[in-house]
Amino acid sequence: MLGNVRTLILTFLHAFQSRVTVQYPEERPYLPPRYRGRIILSRDPDGEERCVACNLCAVACPVDCISLQKTEEQGRWYPEYFRINFSRCIFCGFCEEACPTYAIQLTPDFEMSEYNRQNLVYEKEDLLISGTGKYPDYSFYHVAGVGIPGKERGTSEHERPPVDLHTLLP
Amino acid sequence: MHILALTSACISILGAFMVITRRVAVHAVLYLVVTLLALACVLALLGAPFAAALEVIIYAGAIMVLFVFVIMMLNLGKPDRDRETEWLRPRAWVGPAALASILGMELLFGLRTLSGTGITFQITPREVGLSLFGPYVLMVELASFLLLTGLVTAFHIGRHWPGEH
Amino acid sequence: MTLLALVGIVITPLVILGLATLLTWVERRLLGVWQNRCGPNRVGPGGVLQAAADGIKILFKEDWTPPFADKGVFVLAPAIGMMTVLLSFAVIPLTFSSSIAAGLNVGLLFVLAMMGLGVYAVVLAGWASNSKFALLGGMRAAAQMISYEVFMGLALMGVVMMTGSFSLRDIVMAQSGLWFVLPQCVGFVVFLLAGIAETHRLPFDLPEGENELGAGFHTEYSGMKFGMFFIAEYAGIVLVSALITTLYLGGWQGPILPAPIWFTLKTTVLIGFFILLRAALPRPRYDQLMALGWKILLPLSLLNIVVTGAVLLLHTAG
Repeated sequence: MLGNVRTLILTFLHAFQSRVTVQYPEERPYLPPRYRGRIILSRDPDGEERCVACNLCAVACPVDCISLQKTEEQGRWYPEYFRINFSRCIFCGFCEEACPTYAIQLTPDFEMSEYNRQNLVYEKEDLLISGTGKYPDYSFYHVAGVGIPGKERGTSEHERPPVDLHTLLP
Repeated sequence: MHILALTSACISILGAFMVITRRVAVHAVLYLVVTLLALACVLALLGAPFAAALEVIIYAGAIMVLFVFVIMMLNLGKPDRDRETEWLRPRAWVGPAALASILGMELLFGLRTLSGTGITFQITPREVGLSLFGPYVLMVELASFLLLTGLVTAFHIGRHWPGEH
Repeated sequence: MTLLALVGIVITPLVILGLATLLTWVERRLLGVWQNRCGPNRVGPGGVLQAAADGIKILFKEDWTPPFADKGVFVLAPAIGMMTVLLSFAVIPLTFSSSIAAGLNVGLLFVLAMMGLGVYAVVLAGWASNSKFALLGGMRAAAQMISYEVFMGLALMGVVMMTGSFSLRDIVMAQSGLWFVLPQCVGFVVFLLAGIAETHRLPFDLPEGENELGAGFHTEYSGMKFGMFFIAEYAGIVLVSALITTLYLGGWQGPILPAPIWFTLKTTVLIGFFILLRAALPRPRYDQLMALGWKILLPLSLLNIVVTGAVLLLHTAG
């Protein structure tokens, strides 16, 4: 009986404590940069697409919501199409972890509700942003040993020139 | 006032008729409640509001609820209804109906002789109490003995003896 | 006089219905306040129109009657619940002169009678729904409400003995010196608990018991028929609060402020207390509820009657 009275008093005193509710549309909660929200595809500092269509993100995805097709243009790989079905996506961030080129990244944006489910399927043009995302100085082709137009093999950072197999000199 | 009382009386008679003709037990009990409420209205209009209130509280509000409760627990279905229709042959109800109608006619005849003066006084709860605990105190005590006996019996029957399943 | 009474008869139910509807919002706001939340605050200023929005929503919902239900009784049950509560308000005196039938010399018994009839709403809803959960809820309601009616009536007898009348107006007038909540504190507590059980409010909402009976007696109800049960429950809270105000807290009496404001103030505080109970306390088990009633409240209220009677006798003798 006394315990009940004590409960009543304690509950009543809760009226004078601060609210935990965040009045969302007017008052937005702070989301840290590494919050796992809407997925984007970033570009390298030169403005080219970072994605090399390696399919690792599609493999890592536990709900199979990523679909892409590789194409090639002068030694540089691109996705021909890149499709994320956000009605399936669980925002686990495995794709970001799997990506070898920092192309696919999760952003602190979650306001992507739609009335039509079909609108939740994002194509490459919806996903691509013009910036570099969380890794501003990284460019995969500048550290990889692949030759592309404007960068011969062996001219990448930390890369020695290619060995000339036709000479016997050390 | 007369019209209200007569309407209530008619409703109570109609309700009583419906009670004995309904097939579903709960419907019959509901009509019985309607009858009791109509009777309470009649009592109130005749100047006995205390009796009317008690009628509603005790009969309509408590006893009839228990009836509904028991009927709910019994879960009567179609077979029970069929059995009941089989029991209700004219042979079974003609005799009582004839006797009751004779009684009713006698009552109607008797009512004619009563003088038709309206109600001029009200029986307040105080007067009821004074007469209950004044001239009728023995009756009240006897009734309370009876109720006490009922209570003790119910307690004895419903008691859970240790070691008994 | 007759015209005035007719206007009162029309206005009182409307006001009560409006209050009960508003109370659904007040309760949700207050529950929020006591749970460090905000509660519904979007629709209209401070969320006031939430009640209206809910009302419109429930009016436009499909009013479905299950094919296995007993249709007539199924429709009748919520109407009984609503009607008995609204009728009870007829005898509540807002002030000395403003009420429909406050002078009724069996006013208190009238309220008890209406509460007794209110049991039918729940029991018949449970029976007519023709489903297990509803039936169990209805049976629980029948046992709970009949039991607590006993303690409620017995607790009230103390007040009646001190006043010497069943009329609510006389009862308020008898409290001009001292509110009955002090000399009748035991009766007050018993009546409060019985009032909660009688309106089957939390923590005594076993007939509805969401976690074990679906929604109890109104499992099969939807649309406005459910809405009527809902509104009747809130009107019941207003009724019990107004009754406690009238019987134990001196009704409209109080210094400085005008009479209706005192009455409203006391009733509002009690309604808030009812909501606080809901916010704070868990629901007891069914046998605990019955044990509380028959083993604690019944002896307490009988003792209250005996002691009150003895004191009154000594007082008049001496």
